[in-house]
Amino acid sequence: MNRLDFIKISEWIEPNSKVLDLGCADGALLKYLQAEKMTTGYGIEITPANIEKGIKNKINIIQMNLEDGLSVFDNQFFDTVILSQTLQAMVNIEKIMDEMKRVAKNIIVSFPNFGYWKNRLQIINGKMPKSSDLPHEWYNTPNIHLCTVKDFYDLCEKKRLIIEDQLFLSENQPIKYFSNLRGSIGIFKLSK
Amino acid sequence: MGKSVGIVESKIFHCEDELALVCGKKLSEFDLIYETYGKLNNNKTNAIFIPHALSGNHHIAGKYHKNDKYSGWWDNMVGPAKPIDTNKYFVIGINNLGGNDGSTSAKSINPKTKKVWGSSFPILTVKDWVASQKKLINSLGIEKLYAIVGGSLGGMQAMQWSIDFPNAVEKILCIAAAPSLTAQNIAFNEVARQAILQDDKFYKGNFYQEKTKPKKGLRIARMLGHITYLSNDSMDKKFGRKLIQGKYNYNFQQNYEIESYLNYQGDKFAMTFDANTYLRMTKALDYFDLEKNFKNKLSKVFAKIKAKYLVISFSSDWRFPPSRSKEIVKALLDNNINVTYAEIEAETGHDAFLLESEHYHNTVRNYLRS
Repeated sequence: MNRLDFIKISEWIEPNSKVLDLGCADGALLKYLQAEKMTTGYGIEITPANIEKGIKNKINIIQMNLEDGLSVFDNQFFDTVILSQTLQAMVNIEKIMDEMKRVAKNIIVSFPNFGYWKNRLQIINGKMPKSSDLPHEWYNTPNIHLCTVKDFYDLCEKKRLIIEDQLFLSENQPIKYFSNLRGSIGIFKLSK
Repeated sequence: MGKSVGIVESKIFHCEDELALVCGKKLSEFDLIYETYGKLNNNKTNAIFIPHALSGNHHIAGKYHKNDKYSGWWDNMVGPAKPIDTNKYFVIGINNLGGNDGSTSAKSINPKTKKVWGSSFPILTVKDWVASQKKLINSLGIEKLYAIVGGSLGGMQAMQWSIDFPNAVEKILCIAAAPSLTAQNIAFNEVARQAILQDDKFYKGNFYQEKTKPKKGLRIARMLGHITYLSNDSMDKKFGRKLIQGKYNYNFQQNYEIESYLNYQGDKFAMTFDANTYLRMTKALDYFDLEKNFKNKLSKVFAKIKAKYLVISFSSDWRFPPSRSKEIVKALLDNNINVTYAEIEAETGHDAFLLESEHYHNTVRNYLRS
């Protein structure tokens, strides 16, 4: 599998470093990083089926609700903390951002860009957007806090986070220009 | 899913090494009764030890004869193609020292006095059990266990193994356990003990000579224990306020189904279980405290362990609730140990660790395979 987001995230990770993946799903990213960068660390996940899959993928996976915070981890316990495609499903986004700052030096966040042109088009046509990145109906979506890339920049500024690097993808292809319009997913490397 | 291990038989390990106990006393020799299932591979790398909980024993799986009514206590977990797959692993069950089912206990003859130990049998701790178990495992030629899988008091023994013998086990599966008992846990144990101690057939622990048993005390102890193994919801679902004969009797005979169930469980237990064993098992639980020798810092306890951990808790377990398992997880994380934690939705309380559920069993199966 050739996932550009995995490849980019891997580029941002130091070899043999300690990584925390929040909302790690089946642990595919951590498994990839373990193989590519010999990382150690843990994934946090809430769904039982994903716990089973994470174990199969030979990652350390901890069943926990991210909304409860990361109190099991000491300050600056990790080199990098990753919040991949999970931000938009969190109730308390500021709290998790603060917790990420607390437990790691580097922060990687990715989310579906609500400002993507196909989403905008669906809104103009009077419907809530649906796509491969946002596959749910409005009434049963776990994605309760959708934002655009510009909105995210504002939040980073409020949280005093510096954007070190970023990648925008559309259908697994990198997007260089007009990224808030053309990118369906944004991936950001942040530092404090 | 999976089959039974079939007809099994117990074996005896006799050890003549002196065992110095935590309480200060010594056992000059001892027997441990045990069972094994599956085949030990040539490199002796596929052995899994399953320590038992309070009322358990070495008979984990299978039956003793064709018409045996009961299978071993964890038959749903251990067997061919079951989560602890005896086609792949060599599984060992041991009755703990002081136990009810054939290992050296208060019922045994003290080799020095040639009389039944009775009340003079020492109070053993989890650490003592682990030391004796290690000798048996060594006698089988196994230097390193592939895994120890323990629920409840069994989970405590599993943790102790990884601390006392860091090179002797690769994976710990610590299920529905705790790093120590709370005041409430100890309180329940004390009520159970008092029921036994105050039974006039207890004879200060020397009831064997009187050819009797403190059955009344054991019944009450077991009834109380049983309440704590279930959750309010699961009891309500199973029994609710259902009446045995559909009407109130206005006397003190059993009126509700829950009463009949508890009394049945109490009777069954009192028939077969030894009072001295019960007393000592509850004491071993009370005295278990991982932090005690580590300046009351749980994270220090795991500083030198080498095993990987799977910690499992059950949502409705109020005897050893998820919060206690999370303490273990936190202490392991503090030491950068490879740990996985699963908090399993179950309404059956502490007993959930013995019951079959697909997600629980898959979690154990996947972890052993990974």
